[in-house]
Amino acid sequence: MVERCDVAVIGAGPAGLAAARTAAGHGARVLLLDAQPRCGGQVWRHDVAHRAPHAARSAIRAVGGKVDWRPHHQVVAADGRRLLAETPEGAVAIEAAHVVLATGARELLLPFPGWTLPGVTGAGGLQALAKQGWPLAGKRVLVAGSGPLLLAAAATLRRHGAEVLGIHEQASAARVAAFAAQLWRWPARALQAARLRAALTGVPYRCGSFVRRAFGTTQLEGVELHDAHGTRQIACDHLAVGYGLVPNIELAALLGCALDHDTVHPRVQADELLRTSVPGVLAAGEAVGVAGLAAARIEGALAGHVAGGNEAAARALRPARVRARRFAALLARQFALDPRLRALADAGTIVCRCEDVPLAALDGCVDARSARLVARCGMGACQGRICGAALAELGRFPRGGLRRPPLFPARLATLAAFLQPTIPEIEP
Amino acid sequence: MNGYDLIVVGAGIVGACCADEAAAAGLRVAIVEPATVGGGATACAMGHLVAMDDDPAELALARLSLQAWEAFSELPEAEFSRCGTLWVAASADEAAGIAARVARINASGGEAHALDAQQLREVEPALAPDLCAGMLAPREAVVYPPRMAQHLVRRACARGAALHRRAVQRLGRGGAVLDDGSVLRGPVLVATGCALPRLLPQLPLRPRKGHLVITDRYPGQLRHQVLELGYADSAHGSDGSSVAFNVQPRPTGQVLVGSSREFDVDDAAVSPPMLARMLQRAFRFMPALRELQAIRAWTGFRPATPDGRPYLGAVPGHADLWVAAGHEGLGVTTAPGSARLLLDLILGRTPAIDPAPYAPSRVLP
Repeated sequence: MVERCDVAVIGAGPAGLAAARTAAGHGARVLLLDAQPRCGGQVWRHDVAHRAPHAARSAIRAVGGKVDWRPHHQVVAADGRRLLAETPEGAVAIEAAHVVLATGARELLLPFPGWTLPGVTGAGGLQALAKQGWPLAGKRVLVAGSGPLLLAAAATLRRHGAEVLGIHEQASAARVAAFAAQLWRWPARALQAARLRAALTGVPYRCGSFVRRAFGTTQLEGVELHDAHGTRQIACDHLAVGYGLVPNIELAALLGCALDHDTVHPRVQADELLRTSVPGVLAAGEAVGVAGLAAARIEGALAGHVAGGNEAAARALRPARVRARRFAALLARQFALDPRLRALADAGTIVCRCEDVPLAALDGCVDARSARLVARCGMGACQGRICGAALAELGRFPRGGLRRPPLFPARLATLAAFLQPTIPEIEP
Repeated sequence: MNGYDLIVVGAGIVGACCADEAAAAGLRVAIVEPATVGGGATACAMGHLVAMDDDPAELALARLSLQAWEAFSELPEAEFSRCGTLWVAASADEAAGIAARVARINASGGEAHALDAQQLREVEPALAPDLCAGMLAPREAVVYPPRMAQHLVRRACARGAALHRRAVQRLGRGGAVLDDGSVLRGPVLVATGCALPRLLPQLPLRPRKGHLVITDRYPGQLRHQVLELGYADSAHGSDGSSVAFNVQPRPTGQVLVGSSREFDVDDAAVSPPMLARMLQRAFRFMPALRELQAIRAWTGFRPATPDGRPYLGAVPGHADLWVAAGHEGLGVTTAPGSARLLLDLILGRTPAIDPAPYAPSRVLP
């Protein structure tokens, strides 16, 4: 089955919702696809126990009835401009005049001794689990890593009954203060930060502090924290640790879009109207560089205008976009990772969780391919998303093998569904 | 002083085997490989150790090689798994040919048995219920080729071989000139697979693209590597693009699914339509594959000669210039036998098998 439409928006987070709504507003027939059962993406992920924020509810309401919303559609392959999505009902091929990539970002996890123990998750990872109903009531949770998302994660965890022992930000107090001092330029962000702090009253926020080691026999029992005062151990049931976000560029790469490699983690290259190097393919939000919710919403609308054929309206959003993007630069500068974090993993620390590959097994590997061939590193079900980003951050080598389907594990039957002119008959 | 008894150019599985064999024979060996050892076709290969009986010469080389592979059956780096090879008939014609194929393999010193429909079902329950005949070669195996090539190069180096991390710029009189201008002196053995034409353009060789898909782990899903009996002829016999059923259980519990062959395609990208065609062929033989989760697909290029046999021997018109390349899809299986034959020729020993069918001179006027 081939579905044809004017605009296919991939990802139903803030950028995708804005793009879909805007393009539909220009009369375009829009398909909005997401692997999740509900709209919202990661930041507005549906919470089984608590109401979504007002902005999320109104953004989701705004696409209702106006776009063809396709939950459970995971785009797993592309041939030229034809996309192939896996759904519970089988494979769906999609052809669109414009594709808007609103594929968002994922958490950066860095390996340290003990990070693979049950009980250790990403900060956003545990936040997502909490929203899905994972029982956290009464659990002692330590939140660590870097960036403002730690506050959002901690607030969610607390709302779900967790005892948040503390938030440990690796950036120094001076850097965090410099960040806070600039926040007035983005009043919405400042307000959000103030709300989060209020929700986290009584939870210690420690700067210049990071987890050196997690310990436990079969399950996390505690962590070793390091800060200017030295090292101490603290008992906990969960460690939620994330070092910021990495753009999801895999679909863009598969479509042949050029990437910017000037940062450790590549971003989709896009011009001022968010057009990628491939005609008809646009990108918006974190995929073009992590900049947060406000930038994602503006960029989604901007891309939606372009895809809907109203370039003038798109151009009108450029100043707002530039302003929102400055926030990204501030984030990157003030939450830059402490070099010591790159040295936490020791020889025996697992770097590739899918294939149980310790760091020492990568000695002598000069690139991601040799790491796969020598040590099976990156050959598992996550396709190198976790270890590839971590090893790039550790300064080993960039992630490789990007332009290959399936983008996510997919049924063989799905990959066999790519339509072709003739399928030769097989003699029974 | 850069004098060697043998300069092996290329460290894929074939070059690695040759270097290992030469070092074991006491030769002063140089290995020249600028990229990852075992990183070319070796890395993309399925890693099957399979004797094809279509051509008596290929069968003799495979037999010699499979005996040599037995020495690595306990080696961790080889990831040797004796899953056996199960050939299944897709047509009455193929079924009718089984008895002769079994006889040929057994006569060559291998082991094969004919299976009827019920026996097929017993040995491989996931096969399509309408398949009614097959052939089992129970001693055959699979290995992990890139690690094997790396092991062989390490072993050669432990015996004194020197690994040069450079590319050969050109073959010169009495040796090879590397891309940094340095010169290695001594007899040269070119084992560069698909890159052969760069150094030996007189030997025709075409890259033949192939696709593979690997699944998540499903221990017990598949017991044998399974191929369709028409694999070499009806499926991959033509010059056009083709697909054939070929699945393999990896020691990890993953299932590796092939295969496709295409000439005249330079682009290494996975072609979704070709992947689809290959998978549809596989489902015909094993419908249960449909539900398995694929985690990765890739392509590779097989070095194909016009007659399907590798070039093994002296390069005509050049003193001290040898070639071991053009193994197409059987490089992993036949690398040890190729190395043995080459060293027999280089050292003037009685060849283990008749070298004539592989002589590079066969394609030259």
